[in-house]
Amino acid sequence: MRKQNKQRKKGAIALVLRFMRPYYPLIVLALLCSVVQIAATLLAPVVIGKAVDYIIGKGNVDLDKVLRYAYVLMALIAIVMLFQWLGSLCTNKAAFHTVRDLRCAAFNKLNRVPLSFIDNRSHGDLLSRVVNDTDLISDGLIQGFTQLFSGVVTVAGTLGVMLWYCWQLALVVVLITPVSICVAYLIARATHNMFKLQQKKRGELSGLAEEDLSGAKAVKAFGREHAAEAQFDAVNEDLRKVGVKAMFYSSLTNPGTRFVNAIVYAAVAVAGALMVIRAGNVGFTVGLLSCFLSYANQYTKPFNEITGVVTELQTASAAAGRVKELLEEKEEPSDDGLPALQYCDGSLEIEHLSFAYDPARPLIQDLNLSVLPGSRVAIVGPTGCGKTTLINLLMRFYDPQQGVIRLSATPTTEITRQSLRAAYGMVLQDSWIFRGTVAQNISYGKEDATREEIEDAAKRAHIHSSILKLPQGYDTVIDDEGSSVSQGEKQLLCIARILLTQPPMLILDEATSNIDTRTEAKIQSAFAAMMKGRTSFVIAHRLSTIIDADLILVMRDGNVIEQGTHSQLLAANGFYAQLYNSQFV
Amino acid sequence: MKKLLRFLRGYRAVTVLGPLFKLLEAVGELIIPLVVAAIIDKGIAAGNSAYVWKMGGVMLGLGAAGLCFAVTAQFMAAKASQGFGTNLRGALYRHIHSLSLSEQDKFGAAGLLTRLSSDTIQTQVGVAMFIRLVLRSPFLAAGALVMAVSISPKISIIFLVMAVVVSLILWLVMSRTSPYYRKIQNNLDEVSLLTRETLSGARVVRAFSNQAEEQRDFFTSADSLGKKSIKAAALSALLNPLTYAVINFSVIAVLYFGGKTVSAGNLSQGDVIALVNYLSQILLALVVTANLAVTFTKASASAARINEVFDTVPSVSQTASECPAPVANSAKLRFDNVSFAYYAGSRNALVNVDFSLSAGQTLGVIGSTGSGKSTVANLIPRFYDPTAGNVLLDGVPVSQYPFADLHRKVHIVPQKAVLFSGTLRDNLLYGDPDATDEQLWAALEAAQALDFVQKLPDGLNAQVARGGRNFSGGQRQRLTVARALVGNPEVLILDDASSALDYATESRMRHAIEALPFHPTVILISQRAFSLSHADKILVLEDGGAAGYGTHEQLLQTCEVYREICNSQTKGGADNA
Repeated sequence: MRKQNKQRKKGAIALVLRFMRPYYPLIVLALLCSVVQIAATLLAPVVIGKAVDYIIGKGNVDLDKVLRYAYVLMALIAIVMLFQWLGSLCTNKAAFHTVRDLRCAAFNKLNRVPLSFIDNRSHGDLLSRVVNDTDLISDGLIQGFTQLFSGVVTVAGTLGVMLWYCWQLALVVVLITPVSICVAYLIARATHNMFKLQQKKRGELSGLAEEDLSGAKAVKAFGREHAAEAQFDAVNEDLRKVGVKAMFYSSLTNPGTRFVNAIVYAAVAVAGALMVIRAGNVGFTVGLLSCFLSYANQYTKPFNEITGVVTELQTASAAAGRVKELLEEKEEPSDDGLPALQYCDGSLEIEHLSFAYDPARPLIQDLNLSVLPGSRVAIVGPTGCGKTTLINLLMRFYDPQQGVIRLSATPTTEITRQSLRAAYGMVLQDSWIFRGTVAQNISYGKEDATREEIEDAAKRAHIHSSILKLPQGYDTVIDDEGSSVSQGEKQLLCIARILLTQPPMLILDEATSNIDTRTEAKIQSAFAAMMKGRTSFVIAHRLSTIIDADLILVMRDGNVIEQGTHSQLLAANGFYAQLYNSQFV
Repeated sequence: MKKLLRFLRGYRAVTVLGPLFKLLEAVGELIIPLVVAAIIDKGIAAGNSAYVWKMGGVMLGLGAAGLCFAVTAQFMAAKASQGFGTNLRGALYRHIHSLSLSEQDKFGAAGLLTRLSSDTIQTQVGVAMFIRLVLRSPFLAAGALVMAVSISPKISIIFLVMAVVVSLILWLVMSRTSPYYRKIQNNLDEVSLLTRETLSGARVVRAFSNQAEEQRDFFTSADSLGKKSIKAAALSALLNPLTYAVINFSVIAVLYFGGKTVSAGNLSQGDVIALVNYLSQILLALVVTANLAVTFTKASASAARINEVFDTVPSVSQTASECPAPVANSAKLRFDNVSFAYYAGSRNALVNVDFSLSAGQTLGVIGSTGSGKSTVANLIPRFYDPTAGNVLLDGVPVSQYPFADLHRKVHIVPQKAVLFSGTLRDNLLYGDPDATDEQLWAALEAAQALDFVQKLPDGLNAQVARGGRNFSGGQRQRLTVARALVGNPEVLILDDASSALDYATESRMRHAIEALPFHPTVILISQRAFSLSHADKILVLEDGGAAGYGTHEQLLQTCEVYREICNSQTKGGADNA
């Protein structure tokens, strides 16, 4: 289990490395810059110390020497400035480009996975992988890595310089180092656990609130506010308790390392002073002591940062794991090399079709069907009988476990999905509007449509006058959540979308469920004109839309149990007749 | 932010004490360079080892005391800020519940959720940082300055100049970057939106084979986000090198002028080292202050978003505390010339609607999409209050009922069928917490949900996922009907509650409701004319106004709109209805 975990982590980092590859030169440059910058930064206290050694007392100051060191210091300042800025420029460029690439890869993946994946996964979760996790990766793995690198280089460099000038004093510092690491580690561990708990509680609280707010009507209608508030308060109180601990532990890092720092500082001061006394200010000078003191002051700072980086790295590698999981998801089988559908007369045959979403619960079993070109097929049946599933199979949103669907005598698996789907115009029960202008929404299937064509489609969908009432007419920006367009109007926009593309076949899945019957009757005339000579599949509850169909498929529990025209089926006095009559009971 | 400070109640003591402890810690830190100067000037100069040891002990003691003060202060900060956040969240949640649906709609569920979660966290962090750093940093900077002045007033001028220059740099860099961060946030929102849309519209995207376009749009947005981020980062990356330069130039100045002063005999070597130390302390304090400013800007932006909610006064509020007695001989439910607009100044969703129902009667409501059907339903349980006119229950305006009584008498099945996580029983008990299992089963039976609930392995104890997503649309709708039937409401509102059901199931449900032993007054909203044809009265709505009101037969005679609706639904062979 642990090993597996380790392997997964390794894989996650490998993934990030793969996406970083194009930016390796930038990262190498960044690391080089940071080495130069750190070296210059470390030299500065030495130079200052040297200068201090020429400021001894009254009448004993060599200002020329002090000035000379001042010039050296200025050069160092210039180097630090330049390389620090260049270094962070390179890191940022590499980081943000990697994030962009990762994000696009994750997004593109969403367009290539089978629909079953999107149907079965929480959209919020997928969204956070594309948006948030990629950000965490850049913060943690890339910027964290450079921080870690510069931290380690700083510590090593500091120790090196100290050893160079006075190994005894350096030893004092080294001996205290484990304390620093220990303190940092303990705090980081406690914090990590508490943060995890806190995150969980926060999730719980948001879940509660989300549920209540999205069901606001029911909450209000049944006066459940108080019960909901009590529940919320309980979790809120838990969150407070965990939150106090999490925040307290995490805020210990600074005082903790400051304390260790104080110990190092005192030790260096005492040991250094004693050495100066013994050496009589020759060899080990006051200037050197001041230089050691400023190192001691900064020595624990990188440890502080490194602990911070370690937690960031952990979060980042977890995030990378989640992105990796998405990127490795199986894609729809490729249809590269398959021919496009050349010719579509609208005939359709289904042979021995079997399908189940869940292998344990078979749905469609051995379905056979033959549809003549240009006919209007209505699919009726109780809720959950498999009507929508049939549409999913026709459009190849899902592939059957067994059997063949032939469009114009061509098996649908032998042509590209794009050409198959282009043969159908589809309007679904859940209308989909994206943020964009009304015109863009209508022309979604035909980007180069002229404004006249768009308006013509809107007129035929009986939505033109409603659009004109919007503040900017066809250029009004709408989105799925906004209330500027009603549910019914959204559906009409989706219908206009199809009326614009004029595909050879039509699929209408409860396409008018949110539209009142009068408007629907008007649209039907547009549809009727459009369906003339086109094969169409219509799912509807309203029998009025079904009665005129050339073929009615009556489905029940995944099977077509009756087929025929309205009058044939009524005469047969079977399940359809029963359904039809129930309307008038 | 100021307005929210009231949520610190119960934590005032720690809020004041925390910074004080921080101050004590800072005092210790300020003394350290003095101790070092003493070691150099007294210990080393005199060759006094014992003095050096003693001062070393003082430094350790100061460090330990500093640790104690700091830990105490951090604990107080954690306690105060988390307590603040908890109080704020609780109050905000309550306030949200007190808002009517029209105010909630204004913010949107997502907007309210962000305010409850990340915005509250931002303000909470603001409070913590305030306690932890607001006194410490300026105090350290000021203290270091005072110390420097006490060592050498002349050389301290360098300090003042430096402090001004560093502050200027901080201000310049931050004021230049903050607009970028706003743009980055907006761009990030766009990236999320595009992702959400490609997920929710997966079928449509694929049906039109528009994947390439989607990917192109996404790349454009992600790329411009990357570019903006790089620009902002390049700007803020200037901060460190610039402050580093300023500080070290100051060090050079201190060395040069300090050297001159030492030469004149007015300053010691240890003093120069102390001055250099104070310089780096000031730098650290200023940088911390700059980060603090960022935190506070974020916190105050969040506070403003939260205050927006608090400043929204609920338009629907409870005015009565006792359930009024019914007025004798009055209708059970009556709309008296009711008009309503969702937003002040917007188009009226209802215009002068009148109807009245006796106990046990059924009113059918029908009309085009957007004609105001749901609005009629929403006004009865006071999701909204009418703009003009009155909604009367038992002759008393609904606004004169306490909410608890109104919601006991009136049960509604909303158009959007939502269940809550928990067991099925929890959900059904919403309308009446004391209902027995037999009553629940009876409600399920009437709602035509008996067959599938009986098939559930856990029956009434079956778990309901968030929003009820583990049930199909039709099942959810039947369960919400059952939920409304529990508790024997006097008025039952079905707002298109059977749209996901087939005709057979719907008609069985209708008959079962007609046969209910407690004979509720029913408002039946539907798009299906046939479902309503047996209602005692039918209200035909068109553009918010009544286009007709009467029985099915009367309306067929007199109401053109109704006739059209019926014809559109019974075309071909249904004339025998």
